[in-house]
Amino acid sequence: MSVITTTDPDALAPPSVDRPSRGREVKNAVATVLMWVAFAIAVIPLVWVLWTVVTKGYDLLLQPGWWTHSQQGITIRHQGGGAYHAIIGTLLQALVCGAISVPIGIMTAVYLVEYGRGRFARLVSFMVDILTGVPSIVAALFVYAVWVTTFGFDRVGFAVSLALVLLMIPVIVRSTEEMLKLVPNELREASYALGVPTWKTIMRIVLPTAFTGIVTGVLLGLARVMGETAPLLILGPYAKSINTNLFSGFQAALPTMIYQDRTESLAPAVARTWAAALTLIIVVLVLNLAGRLVARRFRVRG
Amino acid sequence: MSVTGHSELDVVAPNDGPGSTGALGDRIFRGLAAGSGLVVVLLIAGVAVFLVGQAVPALAKDKANFLTDRVWSLGNLDAPSFGIPDLLWVTVISSVIALLLAVPVAVGVALFLTQYAPRRLATPFAYLVDLLAAVPSIIYGLWGYAVLRPVVDPVQNFLSDTLGFVPLFKDTGVGGTIFLASIVLGIMILPIVTAISREVFAQTPQTHKEGAYALGATRWEMIRTAVLPFGRAGVISAAMLGLGRALGETIAVAIILSQVAGFSFSIFNGGQTFASKIALSAAEFDSPTKTGAFIAAGLVLFILTFAVNAAARVVIERRKAFVE
Repeated sequence: MSVITTTDPDALAPPSVDRPSRGREVKNAVATVLMWVAFAIAVIPLVWVLWTVVTKGYDLLLQPGWWTHSQQGITIRHQGGGAYHAIIGTLLQALVCGAISVPIGIMTAVYLVEYGRGRFARLVSFMVDILTGVPSIVAALFVYAVWVTTFGFDRVGFAVSLALVLLMIPVIVRSTEEMLKLVPNELREASYALGVPTWKTIMRIVLPTAFTGIVTGVLLGLARVMGETAPLLILGPYAKSINTNLFSGFQAALPTMIYQDRTESLAPAVARTWAAALTLIIVVLVLNLAGRLVARRFRVRG
Repeated sequence: MSVTGHSELDVVAPNDGPGSTGALGDRIFRGLAAGSGLVVVLLIAGVAVFLVGQAVPALAKDKANFLTDRVWSLGNLDAPSFGIPDLLWVTVISSVIALLLAVPVAVGVALFLTQYAPRRLATPFAYLVDLLAAVPSIIYGLWGYAVLRPVVDPVQNFLSDTLGFVPLFKDTGVGGTIFLASIVLGIMILPIVTAISREVFAQTPQTHKEGAYALGATRWEMIRTAVLPFGRAGVISAAMLGLGRALGETIAVAIILSQVAGFSFSIFNGGQTFASKIALSAAEFDSPTKTGAFIAAGLVLFILTFAVNAAARVVIERRKAFVE
């Protein structure tokens, strides 16, 4: 039954909706162009930064000494030496930071997802958000206030690691949380139905299922803290020689190696600065890419 | 006989019974998990307590008004005088300009990734934008000062030539300006603002979008009437999180900004933010009073970022309540 009562055949044809008016079409086209432009604006600095660092820094990286030697005894006027001391410092500090942050971060996420109900859980979740926003310089000042001012210890690599812990925990918590939420509830219920206690269910079923996702979070977290400079300026003065002891003496790191000679205009120092920058980018991007690749594999399985 | 093929004994034997090891394990595990959560809470509390605890003695000795006096002289340990208005101004104005530059682009990129990009390319494109966040800030600083500065200089000169009568755009002849720092900050916060905006735009209900199309909307009209209103709260909180990042950014700003003696309201002036001032002064941390002065500045930065992040969180929570 039709509500159209007229017999005029034209009225039965659909109203003309085929084309929007000219002005609307132009607006639509302009908007489309602007979106592409916005994306281009976002990608240009990335390419530009990477291009700058690669072209200015690749020279030294090709010399074998770069990966095996320190800067001991080498002044800004001299070429030579390497970044081994800084690479080892950065890796050690990040490793120790990870060893502290990962268990705390994962367990906090477990608490929030598996146990957390009520006021305390909301408080923890809120504090994780706040911790995400704590500037690295504030984290460094806090550790300085505890480690140096209160306890009177020296500024050493371990103190840097502690400051980095504050920056890494929220990254781990948030990524682990996301992964735990993706674990199907049926798996947990199946485990409970077999009489397995909650903690064993989490340890044996939930965490292993989310494992690759958690690894991704850890790798991205490590990538983030390795590039942090502010804590190093406050807590980890630069040293030109190799120091693998996190508890005594100054320890070099890649960001401070970059920072060290950044205002020099002598060619060897400039070259070293950019080479150290490229080394840092390589380390960070490799971790980042590794994290994404692991995440990719997880997605296929899920 | 058992259906599982096991004897009756097997079924009974491994049973711990209620209240035995299983429950104990549960309690311990739960305690560990809650304890880790407590560590996070204590860390934030610790930051607040230690910063306040070490800032107060220095503030008590401060001969100047901490909030209003434009001085920073810690030479005399018994009568230091330090105030933060300069730092506050440079910190806030550089972050706000960074936000003004970054948010429109970030919203555009987020719309591009969710509504315009070919579906197969959307993920790799999004990854490219995320990579911007992976580049360490010291490298942005190096690049900004060495490479971007010569490019921005003409723009700056043009602006100060044409708008120089406004104090905000007065030429001061400084090399590393607030304006340059803002551009670099804008690039640095672009990925976070994009990521969060992208997430909320992607959640726009399909029915809203189809409804707009059914009414004859063009793609842009669909975005304006369906996607943007739905994502507004998300974009606001994303912008605030970006602002929090920009306020606390240290090393890129420290490298770029020229240190200047005089103060002016011009964004083509140099200066120091809270974070860069603290970082560049690390060598001066040799007495509790001096350290305390810098910790007081750090405390203000902490309060600022805390407030901004908490506000962002409130906006997100309210939106969640609204959507669910």
